[in-house]
Amino acid sequence: MAKILMKGNEAIGAAAIKAGCKFFFGYPITPQNELPEYMARELGKAGGTFLQAESEVAAINMVYGAAGSGARVMTSSSSPGIALKQEGISYIAGAELPCVIVNIVRGGPGLGGIQPAQSDYYQSTRGGGNGDYKLVVYAPANLQEAVDLVMEAFDVADYYRNPVMVLGDGMIGQMMEPIEFREPKKRELPPKDWATTGTEGKRKPNIINSLRLDPAELEKLNQKIQAKYREIEKNEVRYEMYNIENAEIVFAAYGTTSRIVKNAIEMLKQEGINAGLIRPITLWPFPHKAFDEIPETAKAILTVEMSCGQMIDDVKIANNGRLPVGFYGRSGGMIPSPQEIVNKAKEMLGGAK
Amino acid sequence: MAVVFKRTEGLTETPFHYCPGCTHGIIHRLVGEVLEELGVLGKAVGVAPVGCSVLAYDYFNCDMHEAAHGRAPAVATGIKRVLPENVVFTYQGDGDLASIGTAEIVHAAHRSENITTIFVNNAIYGMTGGQMAPTTLVGQKATTSPYGRDPKHAGMPLKVSEMLATIPGASYVERVSVHNPANIRKAKKAIKKAFECQLSGKGFSIVEVLSTCPTNWGLTPTESLKWLEENMLPYYPLGNFRSPEEVE
Repeated sequence: MAKILMKGNEAIGAAAIKAGCKFFFGYPITPQNELPEYMARELGKAGGTFLQAESEVAAINMVYGAAGSGARVMTSSSSPGIALKQEGISYIAGAELPCVIVNIVRGGPGLGGIQPAQSDYYQSTRGGGNGDYKLVVYAPANLQEAVDLVMEAFDVADYYRNPVMVLGDGMIGQMMEPIEFREPKKRELPPKDWATTGTEGKRKPNIINSLRLDPAELEKLNQKIQAKYREIEKNEVRYEMYNIENAEIVFAAYGTTSRIVKNAIEMLKQEGINAGLIRPITLWPFPHKAFDEIPETAKAILTVEMSCGQMIDDVKIANNGRLPVGFYGRSGGMIPSPQEIVNKAKEMLGGAK
Repeated sequence: MAVVFKRTEGLTETPFHYCPGCTHGIIHRLVGEVLEELGVLGKAVGVAPVGCSVLAYDYFNCDMHEAAHGRAPAVATGIKRVLPENVVFTYQGDGDLASIGTAEIVHAAHRSENITTIFVNNAIYGMTGGQMAPTTLVGQKATTSPYGRDPKHAGMPLKVSEMLATIPGASYVERVSVHNPANIRKAKKAIKKAFECQLSGKGFSIVEVLSTCPTNWGLTPTESLKWLEENMLPYYPLGNFRSPEEVE
């Protein structure tokens, strides 16, 4: 198929429809509005239903109902709206239901701003809502990757019966790039025999629920969910290693920031400094083992984020004290320039300030 | 020997956990009987709330969801949009529906979601230990209105049926009570009408059922029924507020 030029938010919507998403529940918030607007135009034509909810809270609870009834369902929002959805996300994770949640991140805290940011890393990877649960979190760095990951996200959600988040920053949502739709690798998806579709008098009632009043039963549920997470950690970690061989300094960056870092790597090369990049594609499960592959030549790791420093916690855990870990970040919708990143890298290597 | 009464197929054999004298049991039975009589148990999907009836998913003999506090109408919306041919209902108390879940119930009615809501109003939070609800009567003592509800401080009790009846999408709105056998029969009729409204695709239906809470009211079951009759009925008048005929 020929490549087509699409805006990020619309490409995500198109990929979801290609992946068989039939229901979308959302609420307007900038900078992701083109996504629900696209679904309002196109999902009906594909035999699905778009519904604008009265709130983010209602939207995610509609997702809970639809997912429990066996549908492929998605919602999208941006940071403060995702904060509102946390109640429902926790219930969905607790009831072990599949769904896809898109967060087109904007700067915070509070109402923050509407420009791109990566300040929802904690919110996405540490649970966000109450209880011991995790989302699979994909962080695309370009629109082709966004489209591929959205299509795969539905299969991953169904396979593990767990919510999957696609975390793009405002840049991913708003920019245009050429894309094509490619089938993800086939997975044997289990039948949704747990869905509430009516007993038809032929089976015992199905119950979608996260409540366990007996502590022993609740612990059992947690152990079951944790075992599933260990499987996900084993099977679903994804990352890119870039120019890592003989690197004197290794950057850690994801999403849009990783592209700016690649520019900085080129600039450093011109100055005779060899720099590499570890780019997590799954923020959870985090690619810990990538950091074991850092060569002996490396003197330091520099984490670059559009936040005040969140992924750096995972980088430090993965590094396990081996190398000094530095940080450079801009926040609030400000974007780090390649030169700023170059300067910080040289400072860490003890070169020119 | 002739069978004069038997458990409805609409309920499972799980014993209710409700306090002695609580009328949730009666209301559960009415809903179960109606689902059975309409022959829709096999395609029913219910949504339980957070509150005393949180375990309703163990009692109704059909597919069930357990929703977050107040969100049952949103969950039911998601289910009904996926399964328009199924019969979808929520069962909610007054803390759940009239307080934390007002946005969800108002907008389910506003969209005229083709679902049925059973709203149990006993003027108090039961499960959490007798706190004041939006529906607690003026002067009524609760653990968070220990000197009695003061309308200057906490507002007047919320009349949910009257409020929802102002919404164009609310197709069927009726308030009933279960304080005596005659009213229990009327309540069942109203619940049946509400489900029939859904079955004929006429949109959102709700039955508000006035109910008792002997434990948190500090009264015996018999005194509670009398208290409901003497105090709740004057403020929460029974009757039909909207019917599908009127909507057409």
